[in-house]
Amino acid sequence: MNESDIRNLIFDVLSGIAPEADPTKLAGTVDLRAALDLDSMDFLNFVIALSKRISVNIPEADYPKLFTLNGAIAYLAK
Amino acid sequence: MSDFVMPSLGADMEKGTVVEWRIKPGSAVKRGDVVAVVETLKGAIEVEIFEEGTVAELIAKEGQEVPVGGVLARITRPGETAPAQPAPQPPLPATPQPKIPPPIISVTAPSARVKVSPAARRRAAERGIDPDRLTGTGIDGSVTLADVEAAPAPTPAEAALPKAAKPRWGFEPSEMRQAIAAAVSRSKREIPHYYLTTTIDMSAALHWLQAYNKERLPDKRLLPAVLALKATAKALRETPQLNGYWESGAFRAMERINIGWAVSLRGGGLIAPALRDVDRMTLPEVMAALRDLVARARGGGLRSSELTDPTFTVTSLGDRGAESVIGVIYPPQVAILGLGRISKRPWVVDNQVAARPLMAASLSADHRASDGHTGGLFLDALDRLLQEPDAL
Repeated sequence: MNESDIRNLIFDVLSGIAPEADPTKLAGTVDLRAALDLDSMDFLNFVIALSKRISVNIPEADYPKLFTLNGAIAYLAK
Repeated sequence: MSDFVMPSLGADMEKGTVVEWRIKPGSAVKRGDVVAVVETLKGAIEVEIFEEGTVAELIAKEGQEVPVGGVLARITRPGETAPAQPAPQPPLPATPQPKIPPPIISVTAPSARVKVSPAARRRAAERGIDPDRLTGTGIDGSVTLADVEAAPAPTPAEAALPKAAKPRWGFEPSEMRQAIAAAVSRSKREIPHYYLTTTIDMSAALHWLQAYNKERLPDKRLLPAVLALKATAKALRETPQLNGYWESGAFRAMERINIGWAVSLRGGGLIAPALRDVDRMTLPEVMAALRDLVARARGGGLRSSELTDPTFTVTSLGDRGAESVIGVIYPPQVAILGLGRISKRPWVVDNQVAARPLMAASLSADHRASDGHTGGLFLDALDRLLQEPDAL
């Protein structure tokens, strides 16, 4: 998966969780949880969906790396 | 023969609209069957029946608005024979079904927001129609399921039009607001609340949780809320005076511990459906039930009993909320627990100040049903139980 695929995957997952928002308009550095009003259940669902779609385990200790769009793309591209 | 009536799905409900029957005359029903989908101010709810028998007659029609207590259907009980003639129809307390004129698709986008019933919105999505562009024939000009069914299929040009921004599912935020207003007004008018607060050191619980989650894939992990819920249920076992209803001037304790979990809805609004028998579930079971419940609260598919079953409510602000919350009791319940955001703050441990993850817990309780002493015992039990997460 290249960076663009990952970005689209993140958008896809986020639009399922926050259907009223347009994640493509988000700046790469804002906290997704604040910008999209994600609670801890929403964020867990975000992590579950990402880890299933790209078959990667995301340890809880790494959650903070996924708080921004840029951070999530960089983390998942590795 | 018995009447199946429009259930009251909370202190704030006065009426509902039957949007879909799941039974027909002759259908056998048993306790717990979903028999209809009813639209309320809180969205479309799957309504269950609580008796056994055979459907003799459907009284309410799809699309019809019926007040709470109004007859929806007649049920023949087991052993009864259906009457030779249909029983005389009771006077319908509801508004008559309006005649449905052919819908027109307006060329311009409506200036004001059009009311669209949840069922109509879903059906419109299936048909590729923008329901906000239809002319409604329902009460207050709302777009009903029938309007959507009768609308012509979209032309390619219409299908290409941008859709008006709207929540994907559900409820009308303004109507939901009214429902909440009615419930909290009644609560503050009728219930003499008393309030207790305490601060709970969550180190042990979070430490346990971290170790638990570390060994599991994301979909098997638990949230701190799960520990708090289970501890709440066990604490309620010790203080049954807080688990039940204030009815007809007296407290009625409930055997089952069904915790209403306050879920904030996107687009505004709040609903607190029940997690049933939390005291008897394992932590992974509580987590699975919580995920399912929150998903259905936000996406549709709550059942009527889930709105009426809570015997106690928990409102939790999660990991980004305020430091503490003091809740408003949802009548006829007699208490609500408010959990603030867990955050690191100074705390005295062994005569030393240490940074600890702390959670403010508050209890609002009905002073008619219990006294502060009972509330204090409950918060003490909650604290104690959260210090031993292994035993939860």
